[in-house]
Amino acid sequence: MRVQSPSATLSRLGDYPIIRVQHLVRTFGSLTAVNDVTFEVRKGETFAFLGPNGAGKTTTIKMLTTVLRPTSGSLELDGLNPVTDSTEVRKRIGVVFQDPSLDSELTAWENVDIHGVLYHVPRQVRQERGEVLLKLFELWDRRDDLVKTFSGGMRRRLEIARGLLHTPKVLFLDEPTLGLDPQSRNQMWSIVKNLNASEGVTVFLTTHYMDEADRVADRIAVIDHGKIVATGSAAELKQQTGTESLEAAFLKLTGTTIRDEAFSAQDQIRQVSRVWRK
Amino acid sequence: MSVIYILWLRELKKYLRSKPQIVASLGTPLMYLGVLGFGLGPVFRRAGEGSYLQFVAPGVIGMTVLFTAMFSGIAMLWDRQFGFLKETLVAPVPRIQIMIGRTLGGASVAVLQGTIIFAVTLIAGFRPASVLAVLLAFVLIMLIAVVFSALATAIGSTLKEMAGFQMVMNFLVMPMWFLSGALYPLQGLPTPLAVLTRIDPLTYGIDGVRGTMVGTSHFGVPLDVSILLGVGVVFVIIGAWRFSKLEV
Repeated sequence: MRVQSPSATLSRLGDYPIIRVQHLVRTFGSLTAVNDVTFEVRKGETFAFLGPNGAGKTTTIKMLTTVLRPTSGSLELDGLNPVTDSTEVRKRIGVVFQDPSLDSELTAWENVDIHGVLYHVPRQVRQERGEVLLKLFELWDRRDDLVKTFSGGMRRRLEIARGLLHTPKVLFLDEPTLGLDPQSRNQMWSIVKNLNASEGVTVFLTTHYMDEADRVADRIAVIDHGKIVATGSAAELKQQTGTESLEAAFLKLTGTTIRDEAFSAQDQIRQVSRVWRK
Repeated sequence: MSVIYILWLRELKKYLRSKPQIVASLGTPLMYLGVLGFGLGPVFRRAGEGSYLQFVAPGVIGMTVLFTAMFSGIAMLWDRQFGFLKETLVAPVPRIQIMIGRTLGGASVAVLQGTIIFAVTLIAGFRPASVLAVLLAFVLIMLIAVVFSALATAIGSTLKEMAGFQMVMNFLVMPMWFLSGALYPLQGLPTPLAVLTRIDPLTYGIDGVRGTMVGTSHFGVPLDVSILLGVGVVFVIIGAWRFSKLEV
C-alpha cells in the first residue's frame, strides 16, 4: 500500500469548514494552556496540529471532543457547539486519545462491539462494519484474542478501527504513532489516508514525527506556548521559513529550547501504565 | 437500556475471566470462617450463645460482599488510569447510564462472590433455617451489594490516585467490617462502640442476613431493610453526582 499524496485529495476539499475555532482560551489556574487560538479545518482534509510538548495540542483536542470546557472563545464542529451540544458532537467524532483507552481484559471484538453499543450503532451494522474495519486494519484473525496479548501497534490499529465504527465525520488522532516502529506507522497512515479518501472522513491529527505530517497532512497548524504561530501546507511552511524540511521549519518556528511539561500525578500514572503495557 | 446492559455484562465477563483472582479473594473470608469460626467456637458456646459458626457465617458472607463491592471502586480507578473509562465518558450516552451499568455490574459480581462464600459456609457446617430463608437473605445480600457498589462509585469518581484507595481500605472498609457486628453480638456493647456500630450501614446488612438465615436479629429484618434502602438511595445519588463530575 502506498500513501496517497496530499494533492490527490485536495480536489475533493470543499470550502466548508467542519471545525471552526475562534479566539479559544483555556486556563488552568495561573497557566494559560491555550491562548487566543483561531483556526479552521475544512471538510475532508487531513489536518495536522503540531507543537512541542505542552504547547496546547491536547488541551485543544480535549475541548473539541467535549471533554474539557473552554475558558472563553468559540468552538464549532459540523455547525454544532461542543459545549452545549456535546451529545450531538460526540456522535460525529471518533477519538483516539494519546493514552490507550481499550479494555485489555476484553477481546478485540468485544471492545469494538461495546463501542458500537455506546454509539447506538445497530447490531447488523456493528457486525458488518466491524468486520470490514478489523479486516482493513489486519486484526480480523485476532478478533477473539484478549487485547492484553496485542502489541503496541495492534492496539493502536484497534483503537482507530473502533473509532471509525460509527462512521464519524471527524477522526481525532492524538499522537497515534507514538512508540510505533516505522513499518507500523507507515501501514497505519496508509489505511487512514485511504479511508480519508474513500469515506471523506476529516482527519485531525497531532504528531511529533515531522516526516509523517509532511507526508499525510493537507494542511498544518503549528502551535507554541498556546498560540498558533503558523498555518499552511507543508510546502508553504517550508517556503515561509526558507527551510528544506518540515522539521527544520518546525524548529525555526518554535525554537530549539527543550520543553518540560508540568509532571502531574496523571503523567506519573501514565508512565507507570506504559511500563505495565510493555 | 442496551448501554447499561453492555457495561453490566462487561463487569461480569471480566470477573468470570479472572479465575485466579476469584480464588485469591476467597482467602480472607475462609480464614475468618475457619480460624475464628472454629477458634472462638468453644468460648462462644460456653458463654451460652450457641454455635459461633451459625453466628459468624452471615457476617463472613456480608464481609465478602462488602469487600468485592468496594473493589469495584478500585476497578474504576484502574479503568480511569488505563483508559477505558475515557472511552465510555466521551460516548454520546448520558453519564447516568454508564454509572448505573458499572454499579450494577459491580453489585452483581459482589453477589456472585457472596454466593460462592455462602456455598463454602454450607460445606463448613453452616445450616440456614430453610430454603425460603436463604432466598430472603439473598434479597438482603443484593441490597448490601448495591449500597456498597454505589459508595465505591462515589469514592472511585472522587479519588485521583491509586494510593488513595489504600486509605479508603484502612480507614473506611476495615472499620466498617469490624464495627458491623459480623464477629460479635451487638448486645451490651460499651456506648461509644454501640453508637459506632449503629452508624455503620453494614451492621444492618449483616443483621438482616443473620435475621433471615438463622432467625436471630438485633434490629429486626424490616428495620434492616428500610435502613439499607434509605442508605442505598443516598449512596446512589451521591455516586451519580460524583460520577457526573468526573473529568477525563
